[in-house]
Amino acid sequence: MTAEASKHASRPDIVRALRAAAFTGLVAFGLLLPLIAFRAIHDIRNELVLETRWPLFAAFVASAFVGQLIWQLLPRDRLKKMLAEFSRSPRKLAAAASTCALAAIILWIVGTAGFGAEAEIAFGLSYLFAFATIAFLIGAAAAWVTTRYPTSSAPGRERRHQIGIGLRMAGLGFLIAYPLMMLWLAGSQGSIKWIDNFGIQILIYVMLGWGLNIVVGLAGLLDLGYVAFYAVGAYSFALLAKNGLPFIAFASEYPYLAVDFYQLGPWAFWVLLPIAGILAAFWGILLGFPVLRLRGDYLAIVTLAFGEIIRLVLINWVDLTNGYAGISGVPRPSFFGIPFIEGEGGFAARYGLKFEAIHRTIFLYYVILVLALITALVTIRLRRLPIGRAWEALRENEIACRALGINTTTTKLTAFAIGAMFGGFAGSFFAARQGFISPESFTFMESAVIVAIVVLGGMGSQIGVAIAAIIMIGGTELMRELDVLKVIFGKGFDPTQYRMLLFGLGMVLIMIWKPRGLISKRQPSVFLKERKAVSSAHVREGHG
Amino acid sequence: MSDPLLRVEHLTMRFGGLVAINDLSITAERGHITALIGPNGAGKTTVFNCITGFYKPTEGRIALRHGDAAIWNELDALTGEGRRSRVRRDGALFLLERMPDFEVVRKARVARTFQNIRLFPGMTVLENLLVAQHTPLMRASGWTVLGLFGVPSYGKAERAAIEKARAWLDRIGLIDRADDPAGDLPYGAQRELEIARAMCTDPVLLCLDEPAAGLNPSESAKLARFLRMLRNEHATSILLIEHDMSVVMEISDHVIVLDHGVKIADGPPDAVRNDQKVIAAYLGVEDDEVSKVEAEVGL
Ligand SMILES: Nc1ncnc2c1ncn2[C@@H]1O[C@H](COP(=O)(O)OP(=O)(O)OP(=O)(O)O)[C@@H](O)[C@H]1O
Ligand SMILES: [Mg+2]
Repeated sequence: MTAEASKHASRPDIVRALRAAAFTGLVAFGLLLPLIAFRAIHDIRNELVLETRWPLFAAFVASAFVGQLIWQLLPRDRLKKMLAEFSRSPRKLAAAASTCALAAIILWIVGTAGFGAEAEIAFGLSYLFAFATIAFLIGAAAAWVTTRYPTSSAPGRERRHQIGIGLRMAGLGFLIAYPLMMLWLAGSQGSIKWIDNFGIQILIYVMLGWGLNIVVGLAGLLDLGYVAFYAVGAYSFALLAKNGLPFIAFASEYPYLAVDFYQLGPWAFWVLLPIAGILAAFWGILLGFPVLRLRGDYLAIVTLAFGEIIRLVLINWVDLTNGYAGISGVPRPSFFGIPFIEGEGGFAARYGLKFEAIHRTIFLYYVILVLALITALVTIRLRRLPIGRAWEALRENEIACRALGINTTTTKLTAFAIGAMFGGFAGSFFAARQGFISPESFTFMESAVIVAIVVLGGMGSQIGVAIAAIIMIGGTELMRELDVLKVIFGKGFDPTQYRMLLFGLGMVLIMIWKPRGLISKRQPSVFLKERKAVSSAHVREGHG
Repeated sequence: MSDPLLRVEHLTMRFGGLVAINDLSITAERGHITALIGPNGAGKTTVFNCITGFYKPTEGRIALRHGDAAIWNELDALTGEGRRSRVRRDGALFLLERMPDFEVVRKARVARTFQNIRLFPGMTVLENLLVAQHTPLMRASGWTVLGLFGVPSYGKAERAAIEKARAWLDRIGLIDRADDPAGDLPYGAQRELEIARAMCTDPVLLCLDEPAAGLNPSESAKLARFLRMLRNEHATSILLIEHDMSVVMEISDHVIVLDHGVKIADGPPDAVRNDQKVIAAYLGVEDDEVSKVEAEVGL
């Protein structure tokens, strides 16, 4: 019996592999037949005709078959072990990094030497290898820290904590230097894309992620309609900025109440920003009330609906919001009173610079950086205050909270309100930066991306959320740049069209690899003798 | 001499057609351990849920006093006024059935534990004890506003709260586990931590729902010593639901027996132990179960 079993196990199971591959091929055949083999197209006379693509179909089915066969025949356990060993060895990772660096340099030289399509390909590949180099270097550093300072020893943990703080400081320094660095590297024209599309865009989502993290990560209330507060902030700002404060209606009777936006002049942005934030917080409370008793899936569905309701109101209340057409000409922020305009009185003239659009972009970058940092600092503070502990306790066990004298109603509402407030800040920044807003910018997709950032980052972890925002937003933006994929998929391939697909694939992989998010450990808010991170096995995810 | 701390009068709790508690009147004396026992489904946990504001009773009055016993004279006046509480310099009176759960803890200072442990598993042991001090810390942090700006008085209050937590951890012997997640503790320690957490709210009445469930005999004995210490040294009155009769008989000053939502006996442990109705209730249940099992097996 035992002998037979071992014989079965040791036999190279080619038959089983073939059977699995055949099955996969069959599934691929069934699935792809309608999807790939046939295609309906309009011909020149605008008639619908059926086109067949048998070679392409055959190629797909064959690759499914072969792929499954290879997968079945691979010594997977051995490979897994090798991979684990590789990812734990700093030396091997460093070797991989230097190989990639070498390849990147060679390809870059080839690229500069050659010209035409080949040069472009070489450049593209060289970028890819450069990214791989950075990834391997980070991996090597992480592996080195892991082996050098194991979590099982107290000094190791303390040291790791210090390294963490050092990394955070370095990250902050990088964020401060980033626009100037880009300006220096890419010039004042070329750097706009890097500061605006990457820097500002990512920071907006970092801020939104941190805001939502309070509600989802700390209080454990799954809110799928967070974009509503982003929208409330943006529209509040835009409407107030364009129409003045609502008191203006009473201006004739009570002249001292009339504060026109333009009377606020240079400070308008800084006055309206908190007002928009407070309005968003107010809406957070308003939408929080009806969902107080809901938990889990029900809470998620209702908040999702609220997000959609707000968007539909924005579309349909044309008198106020101008509907689909949106609001344009939202006043742009000035440099503490000095507008970014060409000529007399402008920022450039005032400081003796040549007028350039990049000045405003850099200023906006620092504004959102400061706003995001305020969000982070306030959240860190709140976590160490009783309200923050009550949020986390609410996530862990709501009934126990009630038995300890915590008013769960106000605790939930403050979480909604503060989360919404930061969403509102981000929204008003968004309106000021774009100069134009419309309901298009506040679809459910936005909410989904923000929730994905929080979940991917590891619920409750601020650093995790920031990394996730960089990966998700930076990654999608970066995929626009990946012309090198044309090498693999042919000239007609447009990488931007596939970025959501690749992006989804990446998310699935990360969720398999780290189901509780990139940073799944919870840092305690207080400690008696020694700071120890709490493993995600104990931390609850919250049920509303 | 009778010195009641808690008076439950004509308490009735219905869930649809099911009468979980039927016209129950009991009292808990100040400084006593009062045990509430009875077969499964007798309604013991339901009584706790009514006292602590988790359930609104269908009928009845639940009153608790602080300070001087003379304030009991005002009970009927307070009930008539339709208010929740009366606070005087020498004492206070609370009508618990009118108060929401968190105010029962905050104002009337009644703490409880649960039949199935309800810790915050992903928070550390120390954090669990700090969450229990939410109310005073919240006040010290100026309802978060002042705390956000880091006023020194909050820092002081938090250090005091940590000291208090440390004292309780010393008492239950968990000081070395203070920075570990509560979910990591062994079962018996979790039960003790839940009691310590309830004690951190400074209760005058501590309601414990089967604290010895799942403990081995030596752990049970340790728990009994701990509860007696709470009564003697902290002047905490205890209302105790427990199935472990060795614990009940050893530490209770008074035992109340429930069956099907009705009080069937009430007295000192020795008297209750020999009460015919109690024996019948307990044996009756067992008999039922035996015959049910027999029927299932096909005897
Ligand atoms: N929320 C509720 N809704 C409906 N019925 C309930 C509810 N809570 C309790 N009951 C019913 O009330 C009765 C008493 O339950 P309770 O939990 O108070 O019993 P118990 O004495 O604590 O029993 P045990 O020793 O098993 O803990 C049971 O029949 C129970 O099913
Ligand atoms: Mg019970």
